[in-house]
Amino acid sequence: MNFDIPLFPESASSLASQVDNIYFFALGVSVVFSVLIAGTIFFFASRYKRRRVDEMGTPEQTNMMLELTWSVIPLLIMLFMFAWGTKVYLESYRVPRDADQYYVVGKRWMWKFQHPEGNREINTFHVPKGRPIELIITSEDVIHSLFIPAFRMKRDAVPGRYNTAWFEATKTGTYDIFCAEYCGTEHSLMVGKVIVMEPYEYDDWLQGNKPEQSLASSGAELFEAKACHTCHRLDSNARAPILANIAGKPRLLQNGKTVDATDTYLRESIMNPKAKIVAGYQPIMPTFQGQLTEEQLLELISYIKNLGADQAQTPADPAAEG
Amino acid sequence: MTPLVSTGKRIPDYLNAAYGLKSWLFTTDHKRIALLYMASVTMFFFLGGLMAVLIRLELVTPQGDLVEPDVYNRLFTMHGIIMVFFFLIPAIPATLGNFLIPIMIGAKDLAFPRINLGSWYVYNAGGLFTMYSILNGGVDTGWTFYTPFSTTFSNTYVLATGLGIFITGFSSIMTGLNFLVTIHRMRAPGLTWFRLPLFVWAHYATSIIMLLGTPVLAITVLLVALERSFHIGVFDPAYGGDPILFQHLFWFYSHPAVYIMVLPAMGVISELITCFARKRVFGYRFIAYSSVAIAVLGFLVWGHHMFTTGQSIYASTIFSVLSMLVAVPSAIKVFNWTATLYRGSISWDTPMLYALGFIGLFTIGGLTGVMLATLGIDIHVHDTYFVVAHFHYIMVGGTIMGYLGGIHFWWPKITGRMYPAFWSKFAAITIFIGFNLTFFPQFILGYMGMPRRYHAYPDEWQVLNVMSSAGASILGVGYLIPMIYLAWSMRYGPRAEANPWGAVGLEWEIQSPPTAHNFETEPVVDKEAYAYTAEQGYVPPTKEAEFV
Ligand code: HEC
Ligand SMILES: [Cu+2]
Ligand SMILES: [Cu+2]
Repeated sequence: MNFDIPLFPESASSLASQVDNIYFFALGVSVVFSVLIAGTIFFFASRYKRRRVDEMGTPEQTNMMLELTWSVIPLLIMLFMFAWGTKVYLESYRVPRDADQYYVVGKRWMWKFQHPEGNREINTFHVPKGRPIELIITSEDVIHSLFIPAFRMKRDAVPGRYNTAWFEATKTGTYDIFCAEYCGTEHSLMVGKVIVMEPYEYDDWLQGNKPEQSLASSGAELFEAKACHTCHRLDSNARAPILANIAGKPRLLQNGKTVDATDTYLRESIMNPKAKIVAGYQPIMPTFQGQLTEEQLLELISYIKNLGADQAQTPADPAAEG
Repeated sequence: MTPLVSTGKRIPDYLNAAYGLKSWLFTTDHKRIALLYMASVTMFFFLGGLMAVLIRLELVTPQGDLVEPDVYNRLFTMHGIIMVFFFLIPAIPATLGNFLIPIMIGAKDLAFPRINLGSWYVYNAGGLFTMYSILNGGVDTGWTFYTPFSTTFSNTYVLATGLGIFITGFSSIMTGLNFLVTIHRMRAPGLTWFRLPLFVWAHYATSIIMLLGTPVLAITVLLVALERSFHIGVFDPAYGGDPILFQHLFWFYSHPAVYIMVLPAMGVISELITCFARKRVFGYRFIAYSSVAIAVLGFLVWGHHMFTTGQSIYASTIFSVLSMLVAVPSAIKVFNWTATLYRGSISWDTPMLYALGFIGLFTIGGLTGVMLATLGIDIHVHDTYFVVAHFHYIMVGGTIMGYLGGIHFWWPKITGRMYPAFWSKFAAITIFIGFNLTFFPQFILGYMGMPRRYHAYPDEWQVLNVMSSAGASILGVGYLIPMIYLAWSMRYGPRAEANPWGAVGLEWEIQSPPTAHNFETEPVVDKEAYAYTAEQGYVPPTKEAEFV
């Protein structure tokens, strides 16, 4: 048995100290209030202890000012915590523009990581220090939750949708990854390690484990293998929309609504095309439900997102907004 | 204070009004039904407690070596289901509430005595389904039944347990309905709303939640059953459903359910504090309104359980600020109770120990709740032991302390007997210490990052886990001691007087135990609650309550 009592987790991300700061503030407030209340109770209970059986208390009038004071002061402190906490929360959602996109798939009971360069890992995740890293997280089966305490980061892996999170590691080392959402038998074994390396080490590591191709180029192959290209051409949107330059943009639908082409939207367009029909097209796209694994989907999406970077000229797109 | 039983001939009390098993199983007397409920919830409490013992034993070592992972998962699932649905929710309303509300408002019974009895049978019918599933190996979904795990992946007795919860929910609806109607229609002449004891206010607010919230739970459980059996495609993304929708529905009930558990305990505390400080409660109206405010606001904060699911960040922001607002009425109560002690005449009798313990533990539970509502903190501590510790401070530190305090306060009224002073104080202190030792280390573990529902964990967290398990064994002993002396007291305890504590309230003006109809003549109320002054006719007792 290890007799050290650790009291505080390591901090290894740019967010960690921000979370800790609110936590310490909240902790301070809590300690002050707890001690104040417990102290007052103890003081009153001893000071006014009943001395004779028939002793009576001295009645008190309700004091409006007092009531207001002790309602408003906690309220103000809480609103302050709310504002501060929300600021940090929003930051944890606002992915920096230059972040590299990594994909994470939770599956009973393992974590699969895909690097943009195509490297794949299971339960181990190598990342460079000092570079913002965006995680696009999903699950193959039930809900999981990717939790890295040292980064103060947690995001649920929900089947059928992509959640995003990001972090920037600030300290090299090896840190725990846990699954925080109960997912069945081996929930507590659905753990892993994130290994933060100096950027040059990381680049070496990438080279040393060089996969055959990047995520997007695997996607390009799939795009042909699954015959997507027969409808989605690069030069003509006669049958189906050109997919270049649509990722992240607003899409006009047949029913007049507009949706952003998020990863979750792209996924739905492939798995359940009838759910949202793009304006100006016939609902002829077949569903690929059951024909693609979550990884293959990610490759396709990565391919679609990379399309257009090099296509300067594209024919007019009827569903492009604005 | 004039004793109401002054007719000369002694009327048998409710315990002796009739004899035999049938007289209990077919009774419509709210007091007897309260005792039936007390027997049932106590049984479930010890069953759920047994599972907690096994959980804490497993966690003594970091390896998952005591039981198989599947067994462990069933243990914490059944522990949660039993404790939440079969103990914490009915614990105070169906026992103390059932016994006291009619008496406190000067009525002979609840508005619908047969529905009241029916609710007990419904509750037990639900319990039977749950027992059936336990005997067959149980459920492993967690008490939260998250989809698509519960609908598609779990191969345990989800349907039977779900049905059990579905059925038991109706007993809660029946109780809530009964209380609402009773409190509206059956108050004695002169008993205006603002003369009601705060215990009644708290139960009024609780009943609103029971009546409005429980049907949502029923619908949710039903949808899970339909999805599981017929894949109707509401929750499982493989059939076009949305698993997060389940969480919205589930927490829409289950967050307010927290207030079903804790509001009645708050009601108990208001009674205890005033009696043992022998003083009118400070800020009566503020405490009364805060119960209603909690019930209403409690329906608007469910999304704080979902900050990491990827729900809209705007929704999260709103849920965060509303969760903080709901903390204000709770804080108001704590401050008012504390202020009530000022210049009181404070006795340290057993029920008061529980009341003071409640305030301390509830304060910690509430403050850590505010931390969890803070978005920036929640992304780190969500689904960790921090949450486990937080809600045990509210539910065990709050509800169970309130329940035990209430039991010890009204025991002489309910049974007509007293219990040993020393042992009851000893148990109260043991529970307080054991509780803190069990759950305080879990806050630290949670911030360290230990996820909840983990069967095995990294070595460096062992010491804190051992502390927690050690605390749990102290806590367990603390719960067993009252079982022993209360059982003893039922037979051998010295007879209690009508009003052993010198308390104010209609229940203390009738004999102990009360007669079947509570009041032989309808009482007329001409003063406010907690009239502990000489001007209002209060005469303090001249001798101590007689313990053993
Ligand atoms: C039979 C022709 C056909 C095939 C094959 C096909 N699609 Fe489509 N796809 C369409 C049409 C038509 C639309 C527009 C109408 C709609 O939204 O369903 C579309 C829409 C889409 C969209 C939404 C685009 C937008 O403009 O918002 C995506 C993404 C997409 N398809 C991806 C794919 C992928 C990936 C494959 C291969 C796995 C594929 N499609 C195969 C016809 C096809
Ligand atoms: Cu898990
Ligand atoms: Cu909640």
